[in-house]
Amino acid sequence: MRMIFLFLAGWLAAMAPALAGERHILLQSTTSTQNSGLLDAILPAFEAATGIEVRVVAVGTGQAIRNAERGDGDVLLVHARAAEEAFVAAGWGVARHDVMFNDFVLVGPQDDPAGIAGGADAVAALAAIAAADAPFASRGDRSGTHLAELALWADTGVDVAAASGGWYRETGSGMGATLNTGVGLDAYVLTDRATWAAFGNKGGHTILVEGDPRLHNPYGVILVNPARHPHVDAEAGQAFIDWLTGPEGQAAIADFRVDGAQVFFPSAGPS
Amino acid sequence: MTGFGETLGQALWLILSGDADLWAIILLSLRVSLTALAIATLIGLPLGAALAVGRFPGRRTVITIVSAMMGLPPVVVGLAVYLMLSASGPFGIFDLLYTPAAMIIAQVVLVTPIVAALSRQVIADLHTDLAEQLDSFGLRPLARIPTLLWEGRTSLMTVVLAGFGRAIAEVGAVIIVGGNINHVTRVMTTAIALETSKGNLTLALALGTVLITMAIAINALVGVLGARARSGVPAHA
Repeated sequence: MRMIFLFLAGWLAAMAPALAGERHILLQSTTSTQNSGLLDAILPAFEAATGIEVRVVAVGTGQAIRNAERGDGDVLLVHARAAEEAFVAAGWGVARHDVMFNDFVLVGPQDDPAGIAGGADAVAALAAIAAADAPFASRGDRSGTHLAELALWADTGVDVAAASGGWYRETGSGMGATLNTGVGLDAYVLTDRATWAAFGNKGGHTILVEGDPRLHNPYGVILVNPARHPHVDAEAGQAFIDWLTGPEGQAAIADFRVDGAQVFFPSAGPS
Repeated sequence: MTGFGETLGQALWLILSGDADLWAIILLSLRVSLTALAIATLIGLPLGAALAVGRFPGRRTVITIVSAMMGLPPVVVGLAVYLMLSASGPFGIFDLLYTPAAMIIAQVVLVTPIVAALSRQVIADLHTDLAEQLDSFGLRPLARIPTLLWEGRTSLMTVVLAGFGRAIAEVGAVIIVGGNINHVTRVMTTAIALETSKGNLTLALALGTVLITMAIAINALVGVLGARARSGVPAHA
């Protein structure tokens, strides 16, 4: 027994925080940038060039923005333009910079009960799903993808809130969990192309609708405002933003492939 | 969905291949959960013993509360600890959010009530059995605690293992306060959640198999130590 206590005491001593060490920033980002493998692919180059480690917390855009508002992050990399601009306008962020874009796609079961396959009109496809009472799995979590989905539903005039629990299923979960649910339920799902390309449990689901300009999915990067949160490492955070929107970061994004396909397209303008 | 044979094969391969990332994740899981367990035990055992032998007003109420807290939802604990440690929270200045320390704090909150409530029951039963002998020594209630803890050590080890099970298996709290940051706060359960969300179900299940194997190894180790203690080998010498 005494030996056990000695062991535990020694263990606690060994746990003494090893916090000091290399410089790091905290990046609040979205699941699509992590689950697709993009950040794992491009961050090592930045870390090697600057010695700044980037620690990624990948959650939905809504949660990432709220975490950043609380000061729990140095940089925000998300995809919900209106929410990002509101974040900056409210003084939580310094400025929003374009980084890259990809697009949303509508995936669904091969038997396609709503008959939307091959279409390029996302709003018409959603209206057809609603008309057929075909199951649709929604994120339901105020993420960037969820906000984009709700904007499309608004264009259809369908009241999805009234259908919730019926053919419209709100998972309240991340993209991956929602895709797993959608595959299990034979439901249609709106997802971003990068997450879908890297997703390992596609089942019989395929991309049914793509190419609608309304499915454009831009990503922005924002430095959390050090005037609001003095502990923000503005210098390191800005260095990351400059790298990401500069030639090296943009080239790294363009070079990233999932199964041979490009899934993110650099879009930073001249600064 | 692939078969369990493939999953088991992948789990075995993961362990045997000595994948550096996987081992770092396993070691961090153990570091976090065993540290949380040690702290929870140091708080929970004396608390449970005091509730078992002490006689004070409100004792029943405290026992009820501690027992109910065994069912604390990890996600609620995670959220509460997040709000405490957040840069905008009361303890934000300590800069503990998204560190292993934050995960340890959350698990201490989850495990302490389990150790306290279960050990209270063990010690209360033992106290009844040994009442005559302890009375004959003329010990005051609180002075009996060390004797009771020692006499109940085998059952209490099971209590501590129950606490370990809770700590090593939970994901709801550590994913919120740790952030599942690669190489910093990623543990077995959050890695499993991540692989599931990537749709890599076979890999997720293989990681789950590794986690269970780890838990079996720990329990077996404690079982051997317990058997040695009972058979009189002076493990504490």
